[in-house]
Amino acid sequence: MNDALDVALRLLAVFAVFLVLPLVVGQTEHKVMAHMQGRVGPMYAGGFHGWAQLVADGVKFTQKEDVVPAAADRRVFQLAPAVALLPYLLVLVAIPIGPGEGAVGVVVDAGVFFVLAVMGVGVLGSLMAGWASANKFSLLGALRTAAQLLAYELPMLLAAASVAMAAGTVSLLGILDAFEWWWLPWQIVGALVFFVAGLAELQRPPFDMPVADSEIIFGAYTEYTGLRFALFLLAEYAGIVVLCGLTTVLFLGGWHGPFGAEGLGWLWTLLKTAVLAFVVIWIRVSSPRLREDQLQRLAWTALVPLALAQIALTGVVKVVIQP
Amino acid sequence: MTLAHAVAQTGNGFLSPTGVEIAFLLVGVATLAAAVLTVTTRQLVHAALWLVVALGGLAVEYLLLTAEFIAWVQVLIYVGSVVVLLLFGLMLTKAPIGRSPDADSGNRAAALTVAAAAAAALVWVVVDAFRTTWIDLEGPAQGSTRVTGEILFRHWVLPFEALSVLLLAALVGAIVLSRRSPEGREGKS
Repeated sequence: MNDALDVALRLLAVFAVFLVLPLVVGQTEHKVMAHMQGRVGPMYAGGFHGWAQLVADGVKFTQKEDVVPAAADRRVFQLAPAVALLPYLLVLVAIPIGPGEGAVGVVVDAGVFFVLAVMGVGVLGSLMAGWASANKFSLLGALRTAAQLLAYELPMLLAAASVAMAAGTVSLLGILDAFEWWWLPWQIVGALVFFVAGLAELQRPPFDMPVADSEIIFGAYTEYTGLRFALFLLAEYAGIVVLCGLTTVLFLGGWHGPFGAEGLGWLWTLLKTAVLAFVVIWIRVSSPRLREDQLQRLAWTALVPLALAQIALTGVVKVVIQP
Repeated sequence: MTLAHAVAQTGNGFLSPTGVEIAFLLVGVATLAAAVLTVTTRQLVHAALWLVVALGGLAVEYLLLTAEFIAWVQVLIYVGSVVVLLLFGLMLTKAPIGRSPDADSGNRAAALTVAAAAAAALVWVVVDAFRTTWIDLEGPAQGSTRVTGEILFRHWVLPFEALSVLLLAALVGAIVLSRRSPEGREGKS
């Protein structure tokens, strides 16, 4: 009975994080983008610096009419936002934020495989949306999404495999337990590859070719309105949280910090995740969009070889330091 | 005779199943239904999406058999990559929304024969190999990543390497096939 309660409480906590953190990232994006572009941004809703703008946006989305195009495939069209959003909730369950087994939703033995596998499922949502909309722009967006996923899934997996090799385990908790500070320079190439490939998988700028608004309106999400559109947006922000959390756990040492790792470990995790989320927003504001051929070239001629080199380096160092 | 004897000895029976066994059967039925829908639906993209359900159901079956690693690899490779590739291909061919009248080929009888033969062979091999082996679901997981890795790289490393060479050969073959012949279009390839 106590076990059931424990599991329920943990899942509830993860769900709360899932509801709050993406909105915080969204609000931060409003503000950071405004400051970097030398404008004010939304300032009125809620009084203090427009903090309630996101709430207002949410209310606006729920009031809009839920339109399904006449030629669309109704069921697939309506199911797509859920398929896009739910995988990120599942991934969040397995990310540890503090030391020990008390600070993770559910302990997954093959954690690295679990998070990467489930994250890959989210793309199916975009593909379903693009095909079921019966719209040429949507279809183009979905095609670009699929091509991008196929290209960037491999370097992401290889980079994660390098960390798993270094730690000698595929459990996220085990990787954190084995972490030493000198892994940071050792795995830095892998970390960069993982982060860039993750950005591409989330279709964030500069990898936003699938939703390029100046060419194909909004890609796979063109026909969506109201709450379903909001769910796709929420999936993007949840994706940022998950990607930054995963990069933190795999490459930046998660709850390890210069001091206070025992009691305040979760603060270190949150801090590192927040800094990475800021970097994601920063890159969006400051980089132009990559063309489709540049996207593919970056993945196949830069990221894949770099990831393979990182794996080779990891293997060599691992053999050398073996007692 | 030997089967009944062994079952009586170990105390496991087909009657009075446990909760996990019931869940296993139910997920199996759902997986089978999704698989049948995959091959019978007239809507091409729906077939691919039903395939996602069937492959996901298989992953759940692996999970219930405590083979966690295999389950996640199943999701990663099949749901995450193979089906995405499939959908990509379907979209390139402009798969229409609604029924495709030409989705049904005339090879139904031949396909059924092959499917039945393959199923019979698989069932026979698996039943013959694991006749009275029962997985102890209560004890430590027997399909964890560590155990799978040790078995794969200690006992089955030669088949593993042979398979990777086979895959490499397939890869090289695909590259050779996709390259244009040099005499056909000079200066282009």
